[in-house]
Amino acid sequence: MKYLRLLAAFLRVSVAGETAYRVNFFIQLFQSLVSLGLSLGGLAVVFSYTNTLRGWRPDEVLALLGVYFLVGGMIGLVIRPGMEQLIESVRTGTLDFVLTKPQDAQLIVSVQRIEIFELIDIMLGFAVLATALVRLGERVGALQAAAFIGMILAGGVIIYSFGLILATLSFWFVRVENILVIFQSMYEAGRWPVSLYPGWLRYGLTFIVPVAFATTVPVQALTGRLSWETLLGAIVLAVALFATSRVLWRAGLRHYSGASA
Amino acid sequence: MKFLAELYAQQFKTTMAAMFQYRASLFIWMIGQVLEPLVYLVVWSVVSAGSGGSVGGYTTRDFAAYFILLMLVNQVTFTWIMYEFEYRVREGILSFALLRPVHPIHSDIADNVSSKLITLPIMMVVAVGLAAGFHASISPPLWAVAIFIPALLLAFLVRFLLEWTLAQAAFWTTRVGAINQVYFVLMLFLAGQIAPLTLLPHPIQVVATFLPFRWLISFRVELLLGRLTLVQALTGLGAQAAWLIASFVLVRVVWRAGVRNYSAVGA
Repeated sequence: MKYLRLLAAFLRVSVAGETAYRVNFFIQLFQSLVSLGLSLGGLAVVFSYTNTLRGWRPDEVLALLGVYFLVGGMIGLVIRPGMEQLIESVRTGTLDFVLTKPQDAQLIVSVQRIEIFELIDIMLGFAVLATALVRLGERVGALQAAAFIGMILAGGVIIYSFGLILATLSFWFVRVENILVIFQSMYEAGRWPVSLYPGWLRYGLTFIVPVAFATTVPVQALTGRLSWETLLGAIVLAVALFATSRVLWRAGLRHYSGASA
Repeated sequence: MKFLAELYAQQFKTTMAAMFQYRASLFIWMIGQVLEPLVYLVVWSVVSAGSGGSVGGYTTRDFAAYFILLMLVNQVTFTWIMYEFEYRVREGILSFALLRPVHPIHSDIADNVSSKLITLPIMMVVAVGLAAGFHASISPPLWAVAIFIPALLLAFLVRFLLEWTLAQAAFWTTRVGAINQVYFVLMLFLAGQIAPLTLLPHPIQVVATFLPFRWLISFRVELLLGRLTLVQALTGLGAQAAWLIASFVLVRVVWRAGVRNYSAVGA
């Protein structure tokens, strides 16, 4: 409960900050629409030559695109800004101020910066996903919907923990912001089903940079083609990565000596 | 001319040293440069394999060759000036460049060329690896190779001048992000980065012929894949020459107007 209150407080600050620049909202909206248009155009061109991409039908790839925008929006909303801020504050030593606060520092670090305009991407993602769901119709039952929500949550935890692990490396190596850029370029590959990619890239996108769990797996759950092994694997990975990120965070804090002091 | 040659010789000495300092960033840029064409290579390979090995006159191997060549041509011609210029204007760094007795475009060209001298060997290795992995093969006629080289040089110059011109939007607005994005989306579609242009709807192909995008990237790829007749290739070279003149005029006009408008924010 107090976590939610904390999140709400940071959200209020962010809204207050961003509403000072209202034109930015329209520019962001425009950019998101252009980006969505590009993706839809790409899908249209590809599916004008085929009915299925290795078993994936157009509406399923559309659902994947919706999830891609949705999860991408969440990453941009709170995960990436928080990680960037963490890397920056370890380098400059301003993490000291976070550590003096009477709340869990990992929590504050994770929600301290919120880019509210990313909500646009989240909304667009929902809209695309809803369109795809309507077109998929009754093929999506209650069981599939439940599995989908579970897999989205697991994917979110996986991406969050992965991001935190990368950012925590800044306690040992000062310049790691480039790693986040690599993650962002790899995420782009997630707008297509990872099963299309050749073996090495598929494994890379599943186990080295877990993009597959953020986009492909939830949609597989939605369309009822997810095996129990993958479902369990995603949950186990989510728990394991979350635990690892927590352990690494604690170790990092012990290693941190503050730069300004 | 001799002055310019000496200028570039000096610029290369310093920019090569500077670019070596940024090798990690260069490498990270490259991941994006490889991944984007690779994604479309994979998608189109799957489409063509699913439709009996060929789509719209492109076999699976042709698609591989197309996107790998596209990656190389894009690597040779790309610039990052549209992101960089906004920062220079916003932070007032441009003022220092204005004090120097030479046009600032020269140091930018030197920067760009040196970064590519460093990354191109790695890119070639990646391209060869991908070509082997996806069984890509090309057998261009000799004249196509002969035209390819001046065409690539022209493409570099035209793209540099055009993007340098667009970058100067920063003189009038601080919100260049939207402009850049529209440009890149047009580039993806009209320069054949999503699919070979002949696979796109006819109206888009017509538009692509009259805008510079096709001449910036996909023209050379089509050339090496042996998809163009000699007449088409020479016409393309002519179109590039026309765009070179147009972009040269544009860059001069816009630069003059822009500098007059520049008030050194932050300095």
